[in-house]
Amino acid sequence: MLRLDVNVFDYAILAVYFALVVVIGLLARRAIATSEDFLLSGRSLPAWVTGLAFISANLGAIEILGMAANGAQYGLSTVHFYWIGAVPAMIFLGLVMMPFYYKSKVRSVPEFLLRRFNPATHLFNAVSFAVAAVLIAGVNLYALALVIKSLIGWPIWVSIILSAAFVLVYITLGGLSAAIYNEVLQFFVIIAGLVPLVIIGLKDVGGWHGLQMKVHNDKLFNSWAGTHVGTWNNPLGDWIGIVMGLGFVLSFGYWTTNFAEVQRALSAKDLSAAQRTPLIGSFPKIFIPALTIIPGLIAIAVIPKMGSGDKAYNNAIPLLMNKYLPNGTLGVALAGLLAAFMAGMAANVSSFNTVFTYDIWQTYVRKGRSDSYYLRVGRIVTVIGILIGIATAFIASGYTNIMNYIQLLFSYFNAPLFATFIIAMFWKRATAWSGVAGLAAGTIGAAVMHFAGYHIGYFYPGGDVLSHAKVNAQMVNFYGAIVAFVADAVVTVIVSLVTRPKPVEELAGLVYGVPDPNAPDPKSLPKPSWWASPKLLGGVSAGIVVVLSLIFT
Amino acid sequence: MTSESHAPKSAAARLFDIRLLIGGLFVLYGLMLGIAGFFVSDKARAKAAGININLWLGVGMLVLGLLFLLWRKLNPLKVEPDAEVAADVGGPDVRH
Repeated sequence: MLRLDVNVFDYAILAVYFALVVVIGLLARRAIATSEDFLLSGRSLPAWVTGLAFISANLGAIEILGMAANGAQYGLSTVHFYWIGAVPAMIFLGLVMMPFYYKSKVRSVPEFLLRRFNPATHLFNAVSFAVAAVLIAGVNLYALALVIKSLIGWPIWVSIILSAAFVLVYITLGGLSAAIYNEVLQFFVIIAGLVPLVIIGLKDVGGWHGLQMKVHNDKLFNSWAGTHVGTWNNPLGDWIGIVMGLGFVLSFGYWTTNFAEVQRALSAKDLSAAQRTPLIGSFPKIFIPALTIIPGLIAIAVIPKMGSGDKAYNNAIPLLMNKYLPNGTLGVALAGLLAAFMAGMAANVSSFNTVFTYDIWQTYVRKGRSDSYYLRVGRIVTVIGILIGIATAFIASGYTNIMNYIQLLFSYFNAPLFATFIIAMFWKRATAWSGVAGLAAGTIGAAVMHFAGYHIGYFYPGGDVLSHAKVNAQMVNFYGAIVAFVADAVVTVIVSLVTRPKPVEELAGLVYGVPDPNAPDPKSLPKPSWWASPKLLGGVSAGIVVVLSLIFT
Repeated sequence: MTSESHAPKSAAARLFDIRLLIGGLFVLYGLMLGIAGFFVSDKARAKAAGININLWLGVGMLVLGLLFLLWRKLNPLKVEPDAEVAADVGGPDVRH
């Protein structure tokens, strides 16, 4: 049984943290007078805050534990999820797409689709996003309760209710500002919790070289080896899947169109800060693999029978906490882990309430009410979203597989998104109905490819369906994304060619080459200092990734 | 409650400075861990591969916390006078 040796010192550290979470909610409440204050932080935050929140909203505990598990299973190849599968998309969002989002003053990603395409496209995206967000919030809650049960021994239902109550208090009071401030705090605490694991673990195994000796599996210390098309044996498949499927379609789809992420940038105080949000976030993203993959590898080296029974790969970090951390440091690591679970839930709820309030309620159900009405709706929807999350968590605790189905289902909706957005922003001929048609085609394409993949020999190690090896699910996933992208793009173009384009006036500020005539003269806006230039930040970030990729091939 | 014709003004300018809370939390954690580090048991030290991790993490967190407080002192949040007036006087109070 994996039970941490928690004492009163650790509980004191946890208590301080959770008290502060509530204090942030209470203090942030003062700054809320309008619905935009509540749902978009009044578009007032500095870039370093939104940038760290941008990365923290993704640095939920499911992500941390999952990437450590990947580190144990796939070794250094896991860096592809960061360096290929995140950083380029974050740079693209900051330098290319953010001006369209921020300058058009849309309040959400679906609202961009409403103005660029039509209500059908808007509803398709808003509803699938809203449903996914509350259900995934519930999945987070259940995963949190499972970890607390195994680490501290509290019953599942106590953890679900208690942690939902904390999230409820701070987001209902303080809105997005409270969510973002807590994400920034969580960022530093989770780093403070993971760094000691890496330092102690590396000392224990005798440094990086000792780690390689003890793991004794060279495959785990390469990232690009074995990715030849046709004869792959890399755990993540061939390079086409990694570069095009993961690096291009999935990564750009998630980072540039997922509203839980883009919302953090929209809450920034000006265009420059909004552009810098994902760019600042890309720097921690480059180095986080050191805190997730290395613990995964250390776990393989020092924990006997790692990967079987209750030593599942997903438990790599908790197992190391148990083995190495004395009371005190253990409390900090535990606080970071629990905070990361709550942040994962809060990011989903705080983007759900915005999309529901603005994109569904204000656009289709109750138009033209006063702003204070929508502020009230936003608060009520936050409570409802959390209640649905709690219900989902309880259902998931009865039918564990439901978590996987939920995530699988929404991966179909996410896969084609980038195709629609990139065409929308760069081809003014794309027509009103091409949006929803492309999205539907891409979603179907992803689902079909997912089921077909299990019958294609190429996706099996050894290249044969009938062999007893398991299908390479990651590779099927990457190729499924490529199919979704192509299906979406082809259908979008075909529908555009046979339907009537939107009048150019309606596209002002939304499409490349169609400037908004009412936009302020760019020369009149204050120029940021040279060190805060988005291009410089993006270039430095890309350069670091290239150098690191060459070192760790 | 606000009237329909009179839209409430944003109160975002009243948002507090998160650097104070990050700095405060890390200074407190740093002191708690650092003090515990001075009374480290042989067992705790052996568990962490011979490193007095509470002491080192405590020192690290204390330094980071102090840096946040210093940054806040050197470069305080500028409250735009317009926004402050709008939030306190001009805008209707919509706190329930």
